[in-house]
Amino acid sequence: MNFDFSDDQQAIKRTAKDLLADRFKLERVRELADAGAYDEDAWKELCELGWPGIFVEEQYGGQGLGIVELIIVTEELGYTLAPVPFLSNAAAGLMIQAAGSDEQKQRWLPGIASGEARGAAALVRGGEAKLVPDGDSAEVIVLCADGGASIVERSAADVEPVATMDSTRRYARVRARGGEPLPGEVGPGVGAGLLAVAAELTGVAQRAMEMAVEYARDRKQFGRPIGAYQAVSHRCAQMLLETEGARSATYYGAWTADAQPESLELAASMAKAYSSDAGWRVCSSSLQVHGGIGFTWEHDLHFFLKRAKVDALLWGSASEHRERVADLSAVGEAAAV
Amino acid sequence: MDLTLSPSEAAFRDELRVWLAEHHPGEDPPGDDEAFEHRREWQRKLFEAGYAGFAWPKEYGGRGATMVEQALFGEEMARAKAPSPVNVLGMVMGGPVVITHGTDEQKERWLRPILTGEEIWCQGFSEPESGSDLASLKTKAVKSNGDWIVTGQKVWTTYAHKAKWCMLVARTDQDVPKHQGLTYFIMDMEQEEVQVRPLHQITKEPEFNELFIEEARIPDENVVGGVGNGWAVAITTLMNERAGLGAAAAAGVRMGLEELKQLAHDRGVDQDPLIRQRLAQLEIEVELLRLNSWRGLTQIMKRGVPGPEGSLPKWQWGEINQALTELAVDILGEEGAYWDSPWTYRLLRSRANSIEGGTTEILKNIIAERVLGLPKLR
Repeated sequence: MNFDFSDDQQAIKRTAKDLLADRFKLERVRELADAGAYDEDAWKELCELGWPGIFVEEQYGGQGLGIVELIIVTEELGYTLAPVPFLSNAAAGLMIQAAGSDEQKQRWLPGIASGEARGAAALVRGGEAKLVPDGDSAEVIVLCADGGASIVERSAADVEPVATMDSTRRYARVRARGGEPLPGEVGPGVGAGLLAVAAELTGVAQRAMEMAVEYARDRKQFGRPIGAYQAVSHRCAQMLLETEGARSATYYGAWTADAQPESLELAASMAKAYSSDAGWRVCSSSLQVHGGIGFTWEHDLHFFLKRAKVDALLWGSASEHRERVADLSAVGEAAAV
Repeated sequence: MDLTLSPSEAAFRDELRVWLAEHHPGEDPPGDDEAFEHRREWQRKLFEAGYAGFAWPKEYGGRGATMVEQALFGEEMARAKAPSPVNVLGMVMGGPVVITHGTDEQKERWLRPILTGEEIWCQGFSEPESGSDLASLKTKAVKSNGDWIVTGQKVWTTYAHKAKWCMLVARTDQDVPKHQGLTYFIMDMEQEEVQVRPLHQITKEPEFNELFIEEARIPDENVVGGVGNGWAVAITTLMNERAGLGAAAAAGVRMGLEELKQLAHDRGVDQDPLIRQRLAQLEIEVELLRLNSWRGLTQIMKRGVPGPEGSLPKWQWGEINQALTELAVDILGEEGAYWDSPWTYRLLRSRANSIEGGTTEILKNIIAERVLGLPKLR
């Protein structure tokens, strides 16, 4: 029993944290968000380091590591709000790797792993996917509908960019039918994709909590730091509870993906449900701690708040995943643990 | 990261599971005295099988269990719905204090009868005017002819009427800052000068007592850890990390949740969308309590100190147990009002979960100050 990263995984975490802290200072994130752009140079750098293919099997050009390594990197990307097309590409790769034929994997995974021919993942309802990260710039889109998935090339789909409240990432609406079915079981790919979002939300919550704590230490009112007042400090303790909960759920889910796949579906829905609520609540609470300044465009907190909400709405809301949890843990189903 | 049990851990758990299935004492019989003796018998059985004083070093009659074994022990006890052994305060608080701070004579005198259940221990910390602010306590001990003479009042004293020994913190110096003037005593309860009065809680049970102490006598050799060191000694008891406490708490609420799901199913409300949302939220939070507990345990084993997640389980557990019993009574509807419904009892008893063993507000203060580094209010 050891609920912690290995030394190699710790090293990945440190490297990712340091690199991203340097490349994506908040001024840079703001600049990119205002321009609606990604940092192409930084993305190229991450591609050269092999990040997009971290979980892709070596025979398809990836690093052949696991979902635990994937979520380590994703959490740090969330923490810095790095404007790069990582999550969408990873989600597409996870589904193709889980359910694609060998031919489909050979055709698409190397481009996803190198970042040169990216993928995107679309949750289709009624012939339309309303919120597809990077749907407008991917080469290939994995359409995920009830019970199965298929692939279409972007050129064969009707893709319309949409402006969302999250300006640090590009989104699109995608209308597409048919496509080339992925013959295998896509569930494990979907589960891992959900965990990647949960990891991003964990990183976002961590950052918003740190911002609140730092502000509560510095900001003085009535002659003392506001963090000395329990109305404020207890809010911060609540942020820790929710951030650590999101983290535990995400790390556990990632471990099931690598080592105990029969528990993945439930663990992934638990992680997505909890982190969706936690991400929003922690950011929202952080804004309250900041008071008026937290409500201004010039403060950086709103970028995290908005990413948290859009991530919460992406690929199934907290309520939808709780409904899934209720199904999977109902009386007569296999015990959760 | 590996969340499976090692072969030896799994073997330990399986052996314990079999033992508990064979030796489970069953429910407490009616009547407080009968229930008490029943649990004393249970303590004896645990002792004979080597399961009492599980975390204590072997040289003091314990088992020297690893932290993982302690956590598994707590999980399995909860899973089997085994009652607490009668001397739980002696085993988790009194014994460890004597082992850490006691003299050889004190160890020789006190440790073994704790494990066998021959001598019951109770805890005299809280006072009517000193709850969360424990260091403000007023019970006074004055040295006279080699003995200490104690006067004061204590409250929330479980098993005081059955106890032989009381872990008592009293003020021995009025002229120094409040944390420095305290001393930790082991007081003999079998004296006229100590009067016990049962305290009926909102469930009407007399689970706790009040102690009225009027010039009780404590020999000097019953001071533990030195005169004036009472705060530090008491803190080691409170901080004495009961590894596996979180895991045991998680296993306890897991059992409660399974009963709740069965109740929802039996009452035909398990397809109701609102009930399903609440059940699912509890499902997630029970699982997170378990995961946070194991993460915290890993941090202690690897680094010697708990990580930030280690301070969360007590708080989480109280909230979960309260929400769980509220949902059960909502499902029962009008029948939830009935006094003899077991869920009604649990609804009421769980109100104490966010108070006993540290209020949620104090836990949040600790997290804010020690984990997040926010400034102190005081």
